[in-house]
Amino acid sequence: MTTIQKKAANPAAHLSPEDVEEIGRRLDEIRQSVLDTRGERDAAYIRRVIDAQRKLELGSRAVLLFSILPPAWVVGTTGLAIAKIIENMEIGHNVMHGQWDWMRDPKIHSTTWEWDNASPADQWKHSHNELHHTYTNVVGKDNDLGYGIMRVDEEQRWHPMYLAQPLWNFINACFFEYGIAAYDLELGKNLASKKRRSSPDFKARAKVTLKKIRNQMTKDYVLHPLLSGPSALTTLSANFTANLVRNLWTHSVIMCGHFPEGVETFEKTSIDGETRGEWYLRQMLGSANISGSQAMHFMTGNLSHQVEHHLFPDLPSNRYAEIAPQVRALFDEYGLRYHSAPLVAQVASAWHKVFRLSLPNGFMEAPASSVTLLATKRGRRELRRRPAA
Amino acid sequence: MRVRDRVTRVAEAVTTPLLPADYLDLFHPLRSGAPLRGRIEHVQPETADAATIVIRPGADWAGHVPGQYVRLGIDVDGVRLWRAYSLTHGPRADGRISITVKAVADGKVSHHLVHGMPVGSLVHLEQATGDFVLPPEGGKLLFVTAGSGITPVIGMLRNLFPVTDDGVVRLPRSDAFDITVLHVAPGEPHSIFAADLRALAAAGAIDLIARYDDVHGVLDVEDLSRLVPDLDARTTFACGPAGLLDALEAHHSGRGLELFTEQFRPTTRVVGEGGTVTYARTGTVVEADGATALLDAGEAAGVLMPSGCRMGVCFGCVLPLRQGSVRDLRNGEVTTAEPGDGVVVQTCINAAAGPCELEI
Ligand SMILES: Cc1cc2nc3c(=O)[nH]c(=O)nc-3n(C[C@H](O)[C@H](O)[C@H](O)COP(=O)(O)OP(=O)(O)OC[C@H]3O[C@@H](n4cnc5c(N)ncnc54)[C@H](O)[C@@H]3O)c2cc1C
Ligand code: FES
Repeated sequence: MTTIQKKAANPAAHLSPEDVEEIGRRLDEIRQSVLDTRGERDAAYIRRVIDAQRKLELGSRAVLLFSILPPAWVVGTTGLAIAKIIENMEIGHNVMHGQWDWMRDPKIHSTTWEWDNASPADQWKHSHNELHHTYTNVVGKDNDLGYGIMRVDEEQRWHPMYLAQPLWNFINACFFEYGIAAYDLELGKNLASKKRRSSPDFKARAKVTLKKIRNQMTKDYVLHPLLSGPSALTTLSANFTANLVRNLWTHSVIMCGHFPEGVETFEKTSIDGETRGEWYLRQMLGSANISGSQAMHFMTGNLSHQVEHHLFPDLPSNRYAEIAPQVRALFDEYGLRYHSAPLVAQVASAWHKVFRLSLPNGFMEAPASSVTLLATKRGRRELRRRPAA
Repeated sequence: MRVRDRVTRVAEAVTTPLLPADYLDLFHPLRSGAPLRGRIEHVQPETADAATIVIRPGADWAGHVPGQYVRLGIDVDGVRLWRAYSLTHGPRADGRISITVKAVADGKVSHHLVHGMPVGSLVHLEQATGDFVLPPEGGKLLFVTAGSGITPVIGMLRNLFPVTDDGVVRLPRSDAFDITVLHVAPGEPHSIFAADLRALAAAGAIDLIARYDDVHGVLDVEDLSRLVPDLDARTTFACGPAGLLDALEAHHSGRGLELFTEQFRPTTRVVGEGGTVTYARTGTVVEADGATALLDAGEAAGVLMPSGCRMGVCFGCVLPLRQGSVRDLRNGEVTTAEPGDGVVVQTCINAAAGPCELEI
């Protein structure tokens, strides 16, 4: 991919400024329609999810007290992995986005929620909500693109070090929660110079993160194993496995959100003085959905509706599926590509890009799917995109 | 370290990042140590639009003095709303508390409480508070109650004169009181506790003067000395709408009479365009217009405001709105808070809609 401004055929070139503002207005309408009907049903939904998640976690941990028995290990580990995924994705991520702040329940609130993850909520909210969601896919501003350790764009100069990026990406996937914590701390940047290393702000934040990690590790790798008595070692391995599964799953889902082939990136200067309509458009072009079953949507914390989530990060996640058809219709009407593919295809596409960009430009072709023909209601215009870089 | 503290520490380490309470709440929400809640045990209709709600409070309920009120939070349309209700029984032997709610027109919480809360529902509670209570030494008192303003008074009277199957009981503690009740209501059928007041009067516990608008016309406070001949000898306790209380205040201060009041509607909030914004902790006060975000107004006045995207996306700017009204600049929606409501707002997309106070 290439930042959109440098593309021969910009996929939004056919839109006039009025079109863009009209898209913004229409999206505001969709948002308002959800706000107008947001209420008891939604509140009941999130409470039910939290209640079920806590019981699942308690139950799984109870079963793991007997993890020395293989069936107990399998059942407990599966349950715990699922509970952790739900806690991180459908609950934690979305609560910390402020999706449920409107309920005024201090226990389910972006300002009070702490999640079962290495990164402290405050730091994650800063890097995720403020940076990633504001500067979505702006190269150099949105570190979610490659987490600062990968080559994510043809225009980033190639270096032999990038040959190993598939391996980095895999290791990052396995230990994703620590990757996120390091990234929220801006570890790379902050360790690079003595001045940054010793800045009081960085030291204070690092201390908080280390404490969180220590607490998390003590819980999963010391206390729960000890409580399991003779099952100590197997509970340890169960907890490790549950964390690993959670890490691999969340990494895959998140990679699908912005990384598949064909999703656009933007230049820093392009967002100066951006209007609301233009901001919306950037979110539309820079996100990709995962199609699949209701259970799959739930397990991704509805991040499978990445497009809707990026347009409306503060709407309750249970509503994304409902508005997706309206959003998609708007894409079609304005001749924009609505990226959506099944999980396996999106993960494969994202990994393909990781491999492709690990090599110098031109060694590996971008898949044909990024050459798109788009039909618009208004004029049936053909838009051609350059095949690879 | 005490054993108990040590056990708590371990339990917290086991459940981190949550607290043990977060799991216990799933099974035992009324236990000691839990945030204060109560369970509705009984809903007793009083009139067509009023009901008495009997609640079993959580183990940490600290009790109350008759006349006090409790702030109660329920979720209406998924949103936690807090309102104050007078406790209508003195402390009860069974440990339950009761409130009597009149459903006001368009009232969000009162309607829900009267018509929409099934027995068994949980409500959020604060400890009882308020100083509209009986003077412990007794004396000659006049209660002026209007409409649902009878509720704190009935709490006091029931405590002084319990009603059993054998009728009203005179306890030694009531000997020191000589009580007249002037009760005002639009009409008798809608008047909460009218029967209770009559029973107390019949038993000689109180002198009752009932004034119904549909029979006697609207009460004029100038008539007070005619209705209550020994008015000058009594200390007045009044509870009712602001209009009546204001009139009483003027009347009593003119004559140098003692008056204690309780108002059910704290202050009427004026919702407008822009207003005085108080950044409470820094003590900064600014006049902001209706188009300026609270974030910008604060920063312009030198307040160190938390912020992020500045466009309503990240929630990095939320602050508690202690009281007042703000308007969402995106869709015009107004949010209003009273002290203790626990309302937080995004300062980057909300502007003042009348006077308001932020906690920073
Ligand atoms: C110390 C104290 C004790 C109280 N004790 C009782 C009590 O024992 N029983 C009881 O029923 N209420 C009592 N109230 C009033 C109660 O707290 C609520 O204000 C009332 O139930 C209306 O709330 P709502 O959410 O239904 O109305 P809202 O949705 O807040 O208001 C709807 C409409 O009703 C108007 N309104 C608000 N409050 C009142 C009111 N009190 N009377 C008439 N109109 C109103 C509003 O201006 C608005 O137009 C007490 C209030 C205070 C401050
Ligand atoms: S600063 Fe991001 S929501 Fe207000």
